[in-house]
Amino acid sequence: MEDNKILISHAPHIWKGFSTSRIMYLVVVALLFPAAAAIYFFGYYAIYLMLTCVVTAVLTEFIIKKIRKKRFIMDGSAVITGLLLALTLPPRLPLWMAALGSFFAIAVVKEAFGGLGYNIFNPALGGRAFLAVCFSKEMTTWVLPPHFNYDAITGATPLSENFVYQSDKISLYKDLFFGNTGGCLGETSALLILIGALFLVIFRIIDWRIPVFYIGTVVLGSFIMGKDVLFQILAGGLMIGAFFMATDYVTSPVTRNGRIIFGVGLGILTVIIRNFSNMPEGVTYSILIMNAFNPLIDRYIRVKPFGFYKKSKNV
Amino acid sequence: MNIVLRKKSAFKGLHLPEDKITAEKPIEVLPVPEKVVIPVQQSLGAPCEFLVTRGDFVKTGQKIADSKSYVSAPVHSSISGKVSKVIRMVNPITSKVTDAVIISSDGEDSWVEHSKLFDILELGDISELKKIIDNISKEEILKKVREAGIVGMGGATFPTHVKLNPPPDKKIDTVILNGCECEPSITSDHRLMLENGREILMGLYIINRILLPQNIYIGIEDNKKDAIENLKKLIMEMGFSSLFKIVSLKSRYPMGAEKMLIKTITGRSVPMGGLPMDVGTIVSNVATSKSIYSAVIEGMPLIERVVTVTGAVVNPKNFRVRLGTTVGSLIEKCGGYRGKFNSIILGGPMMGVSVVDNEFPVIKGTNCILVEKRRIQDEQNCINCGRCVDICPMNLMPLMYVRNTKKGDYETCQEYHIGNCIECGLCSYVCPANIPIVGYIKTCKSELVKRKAKK
Repeated sequence: MEDNKILISHAPHIWKGFSTSRIMYLVVVALLFPAAAAIYFFGYYAIYLMLTCVVTAVLTEFIIKKIRKKRFIMDGSAVITGLLLALTLPPRLPLWMAALGSFFAIAVVKEAFGGLGYNIFNPALGGRAFLAVCFSKEMTTWVLPPHFNYDAITGATPLSENFVYQSDKISLYKDLFFGNTGGCLGETSALLILIGALFLVIFRIIDWRIPVFYIGTVVLGSFIMGKDVLFQILAGGLMIGAFFMATDYVTSPVTRNGRIIFGVGLGILTVIIRNFSNMPEGVTYSILIMNAFNPLIDRYIRVKPFGFYKKSKNV
Repeated sequence: MNIVLRKKSAFKGLHLPEDKITAEKPIEVLPVPEKVVIPVQQSLGAPCEFLVTRGDFVKTGQKIADSKSYVSAPVHSSISGKVSKVIRMVNPITSKVTDAVIISSDGEDSWVEHSKLFDILELGDISELKKIIDNISKEEILKKVREAGIVGMGGATFPTHVKLNPPPDKKIDTVILNGCECEPSITSDHRLMLENGREILMGLYIINRILLPQNIYIGIEDNKKDAIENLKKLIMEMGFSSLFKIVSLKSRYPMGAEKMLIKTITGRSVPMGGLPMDVGTIVSNVATSKSIYSAVIEGMPLIERVVTVTGAVVNPKNFRVRLGTTVGSLIEKCGGYRGKFNSIILGGPMMGVSVVDNEFPVIKGTNCILVEKRRIQDEQNCINCGRCVDICPMNLMPLMYVRNTKKGDYETCQEYHIGNCIECGLCSYVCPANIPIVGYIKTCKSELVKRKAKK
């Protein structure tokens, strides 16, 4: 009795132990699938880009925590931000630009708002948007896979206006599905993104509602706009955005109904941007805009409590 | 006729690791302890006052505290001897400081006079006993229940005579006997159902005599198949098969919370801020039922109960102990502590209260003593993952309570219906950031009570 210090704590006295860092590292594992596709299709330079982003992100977080005199927890969230950012970058972006984007994502989009849990916008997408504004030429220079050497042929991404595909439709879909096309590092291979997403769903990390309603709305919207539906969902960043970016806990709603609204909103914005703006792709901005709506959704979409009747008084 | 029904859970919740290591251990009856500590306040009712002072001699079963208020339950001495001390202690149910007496045993365990209507409950005597029960008036039963100091023994400790006497405008058509014992580690009700099934069923028959409901269900989680089998056999033997139905429930925490149990068995939702009687239902714990039997038939006040002692002790066991027995002496009876530990919990791991030292007594609502080694981990930032919202059986949004309580904005918590929270602990259990959500909820609730009192 004497050598044991008695602890007074609130119930419950047991914990499931499914911690934040475990969630984060499971997401990292899931991200390794699209990352593998990136290396396969865009060569060793993809590894350099990813490493640059991850290392910069973790270092930035470490330094800022020290400056703010807060405890630095290696919970893996900075790793995700870095990796996600790298996967949304063009395959041949100069490394210093990638590092700058990663620094901006952590320092401004995440830590300036108070760190993990307090950021309004998805840090990786914030970093990407920053880079897209600063280096619009480099951020839209694409190469065509598969090329392991640095000097690859530049080419257009599927969603841009000057994209021409030589072969028939079936092999186009096939290339888009497996990832043999131009685009950001991690967005091209729908197959490996889906494997990663399946991993997340199996481990109950993400709620299926956001990606399903997001992609579903894009399908419906593209159909109404008279576009090639399958092409619209396979090409561009929709897949990786829907499964890995929009499902970010911090910047998505907590309630199930809120998540449905969030997903539908994303879909509508993406369809609008893809069809009416002069940008070919709209996933990044759709998610950033819906991130801004997230506090509002969480405020007004509530769960109906057990035993709630219209007449019952507030307890 | 089939008397065992099956029901799936009708709420969110979760199947927890059961950890019921004492399920096979028969109830061990302990000898009368040398001293007992009896707090004056052991129910959710109005505060009681001591009828004895230091130096008085008391007999076993003698009433030592009572209140004039109707919504209260008296307290009895559980041993015979001398009141050696009056102390102040923190009551684990109300978290308020209350008086308590320490009674030193004279070693004789001499009882106050109590009228026993019936001796040993043998199978052949059932019909005679039923007749006896049918001939006692409702008022007399309720009076006996109150005088015996019976409260809800599942942990809520609401005075039973009040519960069994609903206002006339509430028509009760369903009675549910709660044998779920959904919390991990606890096995006291399980053992009671195996070893005192007859008393439990006779107690239920007494409840039936008072309320005359149309349906009587006994809800038991399906991880206690032997208890279901045992009660099924006894119901057949005792001729209750037209009266009682057993409901085999999927084991899912918090099935034993009365609102969840009512929803699962009857499909009715108790309105927010309401009581089970608002939907014509009354839920009673199996241990309470057994005590009702002992009070009405054997004239025994509530001075003992079954308690599971488990966790980091050498030999975890189930005991039938006199109320007021200290936690430390029970742990000694289990062979002492095993290895390192840092918390002693009265109650189960999900809703129990951790106490400072092992001088705490077993009181009416104590069903388990759990010694644990906890890993201490820091609270991290909420990442908005929504796991607490997804799991809350009451469909609340626990993260909002944390967020607003941190800001001191208790009124907003009220907007999010904090009063509806049953403090089952699932939100904290699943929280990846290890936030003690229930702690914040309790803080907020007590702040709201304080503010209301100020107004």
